[in-house]
Amino acid sequence: MTAIRRRKLTGLLYLTPAIVFVAVFTAYPFVQMVAMSFTNWSLITPPKGVGLANFQGALNDKQFWFSLGYTIRYTLIITPILMVGGYLLALLVAPNSGIRRATRAIIFIPVVIGLGVSSLAWVWLFDPTFGLINKFLSDIGLIDKPIQFLGVEADLSTWSIIASVVWKVLGFGMILFVAAIQAIPSEINEATMVDGASFWQRTRRVTVPLTRRTILLVTLISVIGSLLAFDQFYIMTAGQPFNQTSTAVFFIYLNSFPYLHLGYGAALSLILAVIILVFTIVQMVLTRRSEI
Amino acid sequence: MTAVTMRRPLARAWSRVWAGRNRYLVGAVCLAIGVFMLMPIVFSVFASVKTRAESAAVPPTYFPHEISLDNFARLWSYQAGLPTYLGNSFATAFLTIAFTLLLTIPAGYALARFPIPRKEFIFVFLLLALIIPYQALLTPIFLMFASLPIKLTNTLVGLAILHTAIQLPFSLYIMRNSFESVPRELEEAALTDGASSLQALRSIFLPAVVPAIVTVMLFAFVTSWNEFLGALVLLSRASTFTLPLILATARAETSLGGTDWGMLQAGITIAMIPCIGIYLLLQKYYVSGFTQGALK
Repeated sequence: MTAIRRRKLTGLLYLTPAIVFVAVFTAYPFVQMVAMSFTNWSLITPPKGVGLANFQGALNDKQFWFSLGYTIRYTLIITPILMVGGYLLALLVAPNSGIRRATRAIIFIPVVIGLGVSSLAWVWLFDPTFGLINKFLSDIGLIDKPIQFLGVEADLSTWSIIASVVWKVLGFGMILFVAAIQAIPSEINEATMVDGASFWQRTRRVTVPLTRRTILLVTLISVIGSLLAFDQFYIMTAGQPFNQTSTAVFFIYLNSFPYLHLGYGAALSLILAVIILVFTIVQMVLTRRSEI
Repeated sequence: MTAVTMRRPLARAWSRVWAGRNRYLVGAVCLAIGVFMLMPIVFSVFASVKTRAESAAVPPTYFPHEISLDNFARLWSYQAGLPTYLGNSFATAFLTIAFTLLLTIPAGYALARFPIPRKEFIFVFLLLALIIPYQALLTPIFLMFASLPIKLTNTLVGLAILHTAIQLPFSLYIMRNSFESVPRELEEAALTDGASSLQALRSIFLPAVVPAIVTVMLFAFVTSWNEFLGALVLLSRASTFTLPLILATARAETSLGGTDWGMLQAGITIAMIPCIGIYLLLQKYYVSGFTQGALK
């Protein structure tokens, strides 16, 4: 009896540092953020409760809605590209042969580089004067004068950022799809091959359905990641032109730090956190259910 | 069935590649994709070893005509100097690794092997950071760090704490699973021999969970090394900047007088090297970490 008690206590002792850490550096800031969202905190003046004013402000803040809408649009464009592209690549490189293994490893390399650093490299590649993309396009005679890829025209800027991010994270989905495809029992594939099904028929009827869970999870990871996009936008366009490429996190950052509207920034953070929470819960339910 | 396939010659050609029927076609497609993916990295590295004049040449050149370390030399002495920024990045990453291991090894051990009351609840609480994106918590964390008696804003310890908080759920998850998969007989043998739980941890468990420790270290390093927004918010004194932060700042600061792309390429190359190097060395851990972390 006492031995079990002792083990309970020892176990709790081992857990204490982690519990304290999460309480202080995750739970407390969260509570603080909720509390702040009801104040007009600004570092300069002492905080004063303002009730729901921040949330009402957010409702009427055109730029906030625009940023949120823009982030959702960005997410809706990039997610299908990442999913379809990643899955096609996975189908190609899933079988274990030398060249496929090597290709898999290469496609994954951009995933391990920092998004900030890769975004800087792409700013250079897209540069109208020093960038190799404009140089290449003019060398092959497609353009006479350089294209301003970033920060001048909103749609072109968005697509340029999307291209760079797709390059950077395509390998992430691919590697998870490869793992899922490889987990399909080989008897199933052999059986369908004996049936004379073509490759695409097999993909549609067998491979995709059997990797459905991974497809859903990667979709959610990609959606959550895209809704929180910041680095690439901060570095590649900084919201230009005219805040038309400002994502939700970028807008919250602007309000909280350069502008020091901390209370308002907290309210916006809370709204974003709730949106993300919805997707996270879906993700957790999906993971749970498949474990049973 | 053949009629359907015949009507789609393009689909058939692609299925030949994808189904792997034609080895040469597969090889060609793989090669093309590989070259395409490597191009941005390779051209960045090439650009970093151009001379200063060639780096600023209009139109730019694809390949350096002459190899030079000019760009690296300018970066070496840029503001507080490359050694400072590199040191900051490494220090933050190593602190993050240390904090993460110190927290998640005992916690993973406890969750996997001890009869703890309300274990599920505690586990979910520890995974809290999965539910709340850290981007949303930066303001309160910044305020907390700024109001402490010993300020943690503008310190690498503060930044490492943030990176640890980001990395904790993944690391704990990997650790707990790894501790759980250690055979029970081993532990029981040690405990009946009168070993304490700490001795059992040291002699039985730690050697058995080495792969998990490597995975946790690897991901903690890469997260910390690459993280940008937290560093941007918490660090305002240039001497504390990490590598990605000083590079982004250098680009903004030199942009009016024409960005010094040569120097930035040197920085980009240096920032990429540890990540790619570690990846190539520890590919197995990387891939297993990703699949475990994401798919569970």
